Amino acid sequence: MIRVNQVSKRYGAIEALRQVSFEVNPGEIFGLIGPDGAGKTTLFRILTTLLLPDEGTARVNGRDVVANYKALRAEIGYMPGRFSLYQDLTIAENLAFFATIFGTTIEANYENIRPIYEQLAPFKDRRAGKLSGGMKQKLALCCALIHSPEVLFLDEPTTGVDPVSRKEFWDILAMLKQKGMTILVSTPYMDEATRCNRVGLIQNGELLQIDTPAGIVSRFDQPLWAVTSDEMYRLIQDLRTHPTIKTAYAFGDTVHITVKHSFYPEDLFADLGAKNHQNIEIFPITPTIEDCFIGLMETQKTP
Amino acid sequence: MRTIQLLLQKEFLQIIRNKAMLPIIFVMPIMQTMILAFAANYEINNLRLHIVDRDRSTFSRQLTQQLDASERFVVVYYDNAAHLAAQHMQADQTDMTLEIPIGFEKDLVSLQNTQVYLGANAINSVKAGVGMNYAASIIADYNMNIRLRAMPIVPAAQAGQIEIVPTEWFNPSRSYKNFFVPGILAVLITVIGSMLASLNIVREREIGTIEQINVTPIRKYQFIIGKLIPFWIIGLFDLALGLGFAKLVFGLPTTGNMMALFGFAGLFLLAILGFGLFLSTFSETQQQAMFISWFFMLVFLLMGGVFTPIESMPQWAQVLTWFNPVSYMVQVLRLVLLKGSGFMDLWPFFLKMTGFVIALNAFAVLNYRKTT
Repeated sequence: MIRVNQVSKRYGAIEALRQVSFEVNPGEIFGLIGPDGAGKTTLFRILTTLLLPDEGTARVNGRDVVANYKALRAEIGYMPGRFSLYQDLTIAENLAFFATIFGTTIEANYENIRPIYEQLAPFKDRRAGKLSGGMKQKLALCCALIHSPEVLFLDEPTTGVDPVSRKEFWDILAMLKQKGMTILVSTPYMDEATRCNRVGLIQNGELLQIDTPAGIVSRFDQPLWAVTSDEMYRLIQDLRTHPTIKTAYAFGDTVHITVKHSFYPEDLFADLGAKNHQNIEIFPITPTIEDCFIGLMETQKTP
Repeated sequence: MRTIQLLLQKEFLQIIRNKAMLPIIFVMPIMQTMILAFAANYEINNLRLHIVDRDRSTFSRQLTQQLDASERFVVVYYDNAAHLAAQHMQADQTDMTLEIPIGFEKDLVSLQNTQVYLGANAINSVKAGVGMNYAASIIADYNMNIRLRAMPIVPAAQAGQIEIVPTEWFNPSRSYKNFFVPGILAVLITVIGSMLASLNIVREREIGTIEQINVTPIRKYQFIIGKLIPFWIIGLFDLALGLGFAKLVFGLPTTGNMMALFGFAGLFLLAILGFGLFLSTFSETQQQAMFISWFFMLVFLLMGGVFTPIESMPQWAQVLTWFNPVSYMVQVLRLVLLKGSGFMDLWPFFLKMTGFVIALNAFAVLNYRKTT
């Protein structure tokens, strides 16, 4: 459905994308996960015909994004990372505007957007600028779906949205997928990766790994420990300089560590105690997908 | 066509809801014609005059009365303290000083010749010059009366004097308002065409809505036309509003062919909208657009004959005004309103403005392509 082949893009001296290649199958939710500035938005803008790649080719729904951009625009739905609807128009007006642009009507496509629109309907005469973050996202999704696109591009749709609305949003995506929609979604939140069929980790313009969420976790082949004490910041510093520890990173209110063969929790406990850490706890944990990403990024930084 | 219609609908809806834009469109023409035409005024009245009367005679008092009676002057000091004159001027308590020397009356009667001293604060050169002229003409007038009264038999030397009977063509009352208001109206539609239109285009870029528009089948030209037409309509509407208001409130003459005037204004708006579009290609935010268009507006207006006549500019500046579309709009407004020109008289202006329309829009479209 989406086929990206060796796409590169540079802005001056900055390489935003480096020979990125991947495929998205029909009816799949494909997640692009990566930190800010990784190149996610650039990739989206190329795939939605807004930007020309410097090198490589990309096809969406069988059409080349450069040569066939006009026809393609009617077949894709795009929700930019920034809220891009008219804030001074109401929900109903925004929706009617985008429906008419695509030569259709709200009524003709009501089935597509019904589950989302029903939540918005009580506020349909409210101006878009006055909506909450979650409502804005739903309206933007409605507008992106109003012309029954084949492929949906969602650039960080849940950034700045509260956890409940995020969950609702992903439930909607799951429902769209069931109807056969192909969805490419990017997010900086790694916990959202588990809701995708496959995910690609992108960093510094390069795709590091593509797999199912379970596949990525199973590749994490070393023991993982969590450490806590009363002084998080000093704890990380001390753990990073400890000779038996490979990596240490903050994970919520604990520090996750990967370790060398010489590691013994009792020794670490004693060493940390000697450095005046209070309430020390060290326990083994099973890695989550987030640990895998952080691990991958760490190895990427120090090759 | 349907797409453009939809875009226009959306655009007007947004303009109506824009709390800043709507008052500008309706209030600006009225405010500008009212306030600027009444307040910005080159007719100088109430100049503060210090008369140092060292003669203290009947003649000197008569001259003083005549000056004081004129609405141009207010005599704020009347004494014989010459040493205070400079102090008053220094402290900005007076604008002008008239010193009548000792023996003024005697010399005038016996020698038929005397001198008075006239000084003016020339920081504001226009004010000083106008004040000097007023005072000189009042004194000359007084002089004539004295002669007639003192010497009922006109001496031989006076017989051959030429009296000038002036007629002010096209603006008989020499009203500054009649000169100024057409200029203000030109400013008004220039602001709408260049500033408001370019701000409106840049707004979509700044807010990010252009991203969503760009992935739709809307073509670029449709988007641009949809953006510019509203301001073309608003510009003409505001011109009519301002004209009607000026006519009602202070009887601005509308001598010429109004069809020709609005025809030309429509053409001018096309040119200036092209310029607005051109400006929009240089800005990412409305603030940048504002600064850039403000800079060009100032040059256009100062070099457009709105405030000062182009004819009194140096030659090089006059050449520059040939490339300023605003100057043609100002001229056509004055020609039609005051002089009564019609299509036949204005065809060279129409021709030139068509050139501007083509050049500015071609420029804008070429540059717009490069940016997005």
